[in-house]
Amino acid sequence: MINNSIKNTFVTLFVAATVLLTPVMAPAAGGGVELLDAPIDINDKESLRRGAKAFADYCYSCHAASFMRFNRIAKDLEMSEDEVREMMIHTRGKKGDPTKIGELMKVSMTDDYAKNAFGTAVPDLSLTARARGADWVYTYLRSFYVDPYRPTGFNNTVFPDVGMPHVLWSLQGLQEPVYKTVMHGNVEVEELEGFEQIQAGALSRVEYDMFLGDLTNFMVYLAEPVQVERRSLGWKVLLFLIVFFGFAYALKKEYWKDVH
Amino acid sequence: MGNLLGWIDDRFPLTKMWNEHLAQYYAPKNFNFWYFFGSLALLVLVIQIVSGIFLTMHYKPDGATAFASVEYIMRDVPYGWLIRYIHSTGATAFFVVVYLHMLRGLMYGSYKKPRELIWLFGMFIYLALMAEAFMGYLLPWGQMSYWGAQVIISLFGAIPVIGDDLTLWIRGDFVIGDATLNRFFALHVIALPFVLVFLVIAHIIALHEVGSNNPDGVEIKKTKDANGIPLDGIPFHPYYSVKDIVGVVVFLFFFSIVLFYFPDGGGYLLEHANFIASDPLKTPEHIAPVWYFTPFYAILRAVPDKLMGVGAMFAAIALLFFMPWLDRCKVKSVRYRSAIYKVNLTVFVISFVVLGWLAMQPATPTLTLMSQIFSFLYFAFFVVLFVTSKNESTKPVPERVTS
Repeated sequence: MINNSIKNTFVTLFVAATVLLTPVMAPAAGGGVELLDAPIDINDKESLRRGAKAFADYCYSCHAASFMRFNRIAKDLEMSEDEVREMMIHTRGKKGDPTKIGELMKVSMTDDYAKNAFGTAVPDLSLTARARGADWVYTYLRSFYVDPYRPTGFNNTVFPDVGMPHVLWSLQGLQEPVYKTVMHGNVEVEELEGFEQIQAGALSRVEYDMFLGDLTNFMVYLAEPVQVERRSLGWKVLLFLIVFFGFAYALKKEYWKDVH
Repeated sequence: MGNLLGWIDDRFPLTKMWNEHLAQYYAPKNFNFWYFFGSLALLVLVIQIVSGIFLTMHYKPDGATAFASVEYIMRDVPYGWLIRYIHSTGATAFFVVVYLHMLRGLMYGSYKKPRELIWLFGMFIYLALMAEAFMGYLLPWGQMSYWGAQVIISLFGAIPVIGDDLTLWIRGDFVIGDATLNRFFALHVIALPFVLVFLVIAHIIALHEVGSNNPDGVEIKKTKDANGIPLDGIPFHPYYSVKDIVGVVVFLFFFSIVLFYFPDGGGYLLEHANFIASDPLKTPEHIAPVWYFTPFYAILRAVPDKLMGVGAMFAAIALLFFMPWLDRCKVKSVRYRSAIYKVNLTVFVISFVVLGWLAMQPATPTLTLMSQIFSFLYFAFFVVLFVTSKNESTKPVPERVTS
């Protein structure tokens, strides 16, 4: 009976855990476009450092990451504080002294200014990868296309009529979407097939995808900086519990041998 | 040492309480897997209270800073992320163990005479737990916190005549705002934990007064030895204390897997939209309650009329309170009950799970029809039980517990 109940414990808890963990609710896909698999590896420090550089050069200044501190990046990405300062800090405080390394990554652009310039406030990027998913970020940044009817000259298939200009156009070049007609039952539907490059950028297609991979990787890190530490603490705790289980089970068996 | 204990015992019933509730509390020796979840629920309550205390030290219940303070906990407070994930995973764990604990009660008839009050206290615990979880979910002040609360509070607006005033009174404002956040915080960290702890104590006192049920549904107090000790009973301590430690370790193993490797549970435990700060002007595309509320939410959505839907949802919970009187069968354990009851209970459990799944899907005509069918089956459980249990053809119940 005892062995059975322990066995049952395992089986049922395992089933319960599996049921709990199996389904993955995809974050709202944008514009009905299928999202690409973002090529990211959160343990790849090199990639994260390249991504941080890309973030500093192209995102940070309009977008804040106001829950993050500069020196946290230095610590987690194994960079010196001076390197991070060099890469990311170009602002000064109210008294004219340079922004400190321990400060939050805020920007000086106000919401009112942004509303005038882009028609909307610029979202903070601290948690975007957690709210939208890595695949969304990656696909979104890959999906800008030329659209003369938009004020910025660009539109996006993942986020239609987005207010953000295509800041990476010099790297990606210019592209136009290619649609195909498919039948959904009796209804003809236009579906995105891909993009056609109409002007080359500074990077090749492969290089640009790698660039976005690094940037997305950094944004995933940015959304939960502790995740590597979290996983590495996790297996130590699990290992401890397995050892503890041995003792707990032996103790239980010892006490219960006279029950029958 | 003995002197000190004697000194205390002359002034406070320490040894007496120790004996009554642990060392000389005789529990049936045939507890199986399902009997782990009571002690586990107590463990999770302690985990939630302790982790909650530490969160409260850093959290700011203020509409302007609440969201940022949670991220501050996640990033700047040493091991704040661990405390926060323990608390958020703990909420899910609480409902997992409580649902399994309740199912155990249904399987072995633990709500029946003389344990009606244990069941009622337990149901009030469940009710308080739902309120506690609902109010706690507002505190991170993300989009799903905000709009989830908006949806739930608006349900009270369906009540005729007083509905609108009632929702205004609950929110403390015309929309969910700082006033709502502050009062939910107060209720979440002070009022409801008090209620929960009080109810848990009452639940355990009532249990120890009448003694535990067991998988055979046999009253062990009926057969006692010369000293008045039940022949099938063993002292809770050390037998079940050491056994429950094994259960605790196994539980913590699975708890840690979620905590360290799937803290947001693929968007089910920490919803994606809740990583966006609350915005009263932007409604998320898809609002779904956290998984532990979903079966009742599915029942709400299954009924086309809002007031009727709210009524059905509350009835789905309220009916459980009446289990001791709806079930008129004298035999407690499912082991010795009729096939009708076994089928009825199985269909009930399946309906509950399927309804939970349905509420997380966007409503399509097919899925709405399914919600209606399974809602019907959910309620049918109580009707079928009431009708069939009076003259149920049961198997003979043994005199003593089987092992």
